[in-house]
Amino acid sequence: MNVRSAIHFTSAALTLAMLALTPPATAADKIDPVADAKAFQKFFTDKFPKLKPEDFANGPYSMNEDLHRQWVEKEQFPPYEFSLEMGKEMFSTPFKNGKSYADCFPNKGIGIRQNYPYFDDKEGKVITLELALNRCREANGEPQLSYVRDEMAALTAYMAFTSRGKAFDIKIPNDPRAIEAYQSGKEYFYTRRGQFNFSCATCHVQSPGERIRAEVLAPALGILNAMPIYRSEWSGMGTTSRRFTTCNSQIRGVPLNPQDDEYRNLEYYLSYVSNGLPISGPGARP
Amino acid sequence: MASTIRVRATSTGDITEVQALIQHPMDSGFVKDAKGEIIPAHFIQQLTFEYEGKPVFVADWGGGISKDPYVKFAFKGGKKGDDLKVSWVDNKGATDTTTAKIV
Amino acid sequence: MTPTESGISRRLILQGAGLALAGLGNVAFNLAPALAAANDKYPEEAFKQKGEADAIKLLYGKTAEASDKVKLDAPEIAENGSVVPVAVSTTLGDVTSIAFLVSDNPNALVASYKIPAGTVPSVANRIKMAKTSNVIVVVEAGGKLYSATKEVKVTVGGCGG
Repeated sequence: MNVRSAIHFTSAALTLAMLALTPPATAADKIDPVADAKAFQKFFTDKFPKLKPEDFANGPYSMNEDLHRQWVEKEQFPPYEFSLEMGKEMFSTPFKNGKSYADCFPNKGIGIRQNYPYFDDKEGKVITLELALNRCREANGEPQLSYVRDEMAALTAYMAFTSRGKAFDIKIPNDPRAIEAYQSGKEYFYTRRGQFNFSCATCHVQSPGERIRAEVLAPALGILNAMPIYRSEWSGMGTTSRRFTTCNSQIRGVPLNPQDDEYRNLEYYLSYVSNGLPISGPGARP
Repeated sequence: MASTIRVRATSTGDITEVQALIQHPMDSGFVKDAKGEIIPAHFIQQLTFEYEGKPVFVADWGGGISKDPYVKFAFKGGKKGDDLKVSWVDNKGATDTTTAKIV
Repeated sequence: MTPTESGISRRLILQGAGLALAGLGNVAFNLAPALAAANDKYPEEAFKQKGEADAIKLLYGKTAEASDKVKLDAPEIAENGSVVPVAVSTTLGDVTSIAFLVSDNPNALVASYKIPAGTVPSVANRIKMAKTSNVIVVVEAGGKLYSATKEVKVTVGGCGG
């Protein structure tokens, strides 16, 4: 397929995708996340009928046999093992004031990752797990962690691990601000940006399983389920924040700051439309 | 657990399968840092697995082995509850050792 | 013991030391560990060789013949050149050593494994590949060398995800 017809094809596919995912014309004011999620999941399960729903949480590894075998080999003794251990240790070490992370979270922070992000009605904003962790530290007199790697990745790795197998269970309360945050995340996802003029959907809705240069693209469905991830490319761990910012840079756009509103809303949208799929984190990726 | 060595040794029938993952940069000495300076070679040279005082597997490694190196092998013998001793030495003369139980 | 340069010089030193011992009578027995270590010596020179032929020569002192009894398991396209899982298994008997080489790495020899009697001749490890290259595994069995080769593609560039 030459470049021009590829562009036409992808534009058509994108339009179709948009139509599939937005409500009918008469309900232009009515945002329907439930219908969105259903259509979103159907799009991917139709496109990849041989995959089980949980396979989507494995990203490119479910898209390519050669990659899959390398992944299975590495999962025997995964590269994120050390980060996970560090995360467990960090999580159970009290702050200088004697309190600990367990005091900031429901169920002492164990087995709750699948509920993040959530909409906080007092603040009127989306709260992600990474944000909640740094706020916990701040509330207890501890310095903030970088959002993109190392300790933050280790902590979220541990918390994800305690939720492994649990289905994403993101709630959108009946609150216009929450609906707006969700919709804003969805719009971010479908908006083109950067010199390459790619939206998230360009790669992850239109071209899952295909290659961008030498890499195989992951489907958008389940794309956050494995977070945080040990990427071979990074030779280390990275968080959702790391991936959002680096992707923006890679499409030659200007990245936002980790945990800026747009990223929080994007994470809210992406997590919600993957409701029902199991948490598989921490994960490994190319 | 301050050791850099993680071992899983499982006995099935008369074979013990061993997997090890070790925390080590395994710098080859060919890579430059952000300032353009070579990151000096720093890698495990020899990794030894001993059972009942005798080596059952010895790995001689160079900088071409991946960071946080992994290896898997199997040997005849080894019973549940027995010890497997694992030790390494790197090109800087640093060492680490651990003893794992065969399960 | 394969006649590597260092092996020969060690023997000379030990012979010389033995003579000196005989002359000295009571001497602390710290030669025993050195003798034991002779077989366990890290093949430093082999690891420094650029090409695989030189590395194999230094390591084993002989050349390998391709054998379909050596099964090399490596990907078609490496997910990432820094961590390429490769494994070998063989039906050959009397295996004493297994080595992995990557022809186009700056130093071809990546790893060499000693397989004592009773150890299964099968190894899995994760190696670095600088670029698309042949991965070669060499198995020393019954005093002879056998090999298998596979080209593994290493790509650079993508967007990640």
